[in-house]
Amino acid sequence: MSKQSFSGLSLAWRALSGHRSWRAQWRKPQPKAGYDAIIVGGGGHGLGAAYYLAKEHGLSNVAVLEKGWIGGGNTGRNTTVIRSNYLFDESAALYDHALKMWPDLSQTLNYNVMFSPRGVMMLAHTVHDVQVSKRHVHANRCNGVDNEWLEPAEAKAFCPPLNIGTDIRYPVLGAALQRRGGTARHDAVAWGYARAADALGVDIIENCEVTGIRRDARGAVEAVETTRGVIQSRKVGVAAAGHSSHVLGLAGVRLPLESFPLQALVSEPVKPVFPCVVMSNTIHAYISQSDKGELVIGAGTDAYTSYTQRGALHVNMHTLDAICELFPMFRRMRMMRNWGGIVDVTPDRSPIIAKTPVPGLYVNCGWGTGGFKATPGSAHLFAWTIARDEPHPINAPFTIERFRDGHLIDEAAAAAVAH
Amino acid sequence: MLLIECPYCGERPELEFTYGGEAHLVRPTRPAELDDQAWSEFLYTRANVKGVHAERWRHARGCGRFFNALRDTRTDRFLAFYRAGEPRPKAGS
Repeated sequence: MSKQSFSGLSLAWRALSGHRSWRAQWRKPQPKAGYDAIIVGGGGHGLGAAYYLAKEHGLSNVAVLEKGWIGGGNTGRNTTVIRSNYLFDESAALYDHALKMWPDLSQTLNYNVMFSPRGVMMLAHTVHDVQVSKRHVHANRCNGVDNEWLEPAEAKAFCPPLNIGTDIRYPVLGAALQRRGGTARHDAVAWGYARAADALGVDIIENCEVTGIRRDARGAVEAVETTRGVIQSRKVGVAAAGHSSHVLGLAGVRLPLESFPLQALVSEPVKPVFPCVVMSNTIHAYISQSDKGELVIGAGTDAYTSYTQRGALHVNMHTLDAICELFPMFRRMRMMRNWGGIVDVTPDRSPIIAKTPVPGLYVNCGWGTGGFKATPGSAHLFAWTIARDEPHPINAPFTIERFRDGHLIDEAAAAAVAH
Repeated sequence: MLLIECPYCGERPELEFTYGGEAHLVRPTRPAELDDQAWSEFLYTRANVKGVHAERWRHARGCGRFFNALRDTRTDRFLAFYRAGEPRPKAGS
């Protein structure tokens, strides 16, 4: 099970044999009868949690159960934006914990996740936007999170395609810039964690849907029923994104979640034209350019709950209207494809990383429209919570019980999408 | 885009409607007697059904009235439309 190391040297060496000696990056094991811990959901958050369980908590007898293929859910469907400019202390601590892990992630995993801190600029179009943005800038700085205010001309200098004309419907009045923010390659994050976890002995089991959660006389978790048989485990962590309430429902746990389709789209690939990430909450647009050259554009959530992984075209059109006004040079750009993912949204737009009322059952959900950015931090904290049966101080406020106790983390900055 | 049949106006495009969330949630008549758990369940906990979902819609850019619908959230196909106050139809349940 030795890991094949990736480096320039190994690439050159394998080239001599015509690249025929590469092995699969992870095994395809049959499920064992039981594990020390099971993670339900093979996206970035679940695979990462399995990796940190093995790496930092000495639990290598771990399985990740994925009903489809790994990284085929929201990990492979998001727009890859990474930032941590959240308003509240709890959120700033959580998202910055993740942001601080991104620069070293490629080295840690020996897998190029193509993290590119090219800057995330959030536009302000109204007096209210300006006030809220400046409040965010100040709150972030108090929490040690970089964020700075730009006047329109400075925003234009940072992102030359931006239209700062005063004759448009919602003129740009300024912007908040987080320079440490940026993008990464989403598939590589799933694959990198899968490969690294596999090398530490974690079993990654695809095409394995959880259909039941068995509990003992005490009410604690003792096994999961799956489409590939019953698997014993006293610790089960669920990181199933839009299906979290469905999976937790199998154990009788009800969650404050609703699942909505969230759409994104990409253009035809072009030469490098767009240097950063630009987001606008007010007129709802966000855009960046992938290394492949496609413009990656995020649309909003559809109005209704659904599990269909598709949405209505008018939601995309609304976003493209805004893109074309802010960046007139893209008006003749052709869009190549669009798709949807199912996002689980909490009432306060903050996630839940916590124990559940069922002993041995843990949940990492509610990331809504913005979970990708938090992948390393979320996975790291979820592994801690599962291994020690108690939350890390950073995720301690992100419980299910906060809704009962009135300690909501009402994070308006949770996403650039209207909600 | 969904085609939605308002029980008062007939079939119209989704753009004329706003979504009102899960249907048949009854506001407790004596909220002061609820404990925090029961109150938070009324406020925040939703069935989030993967299957047939009873939900409210409002014909906001039409007659302005609320009504209910049954929709399968796995396919987005509507199974029934009915007026507010009427019981949930048997269809697909």
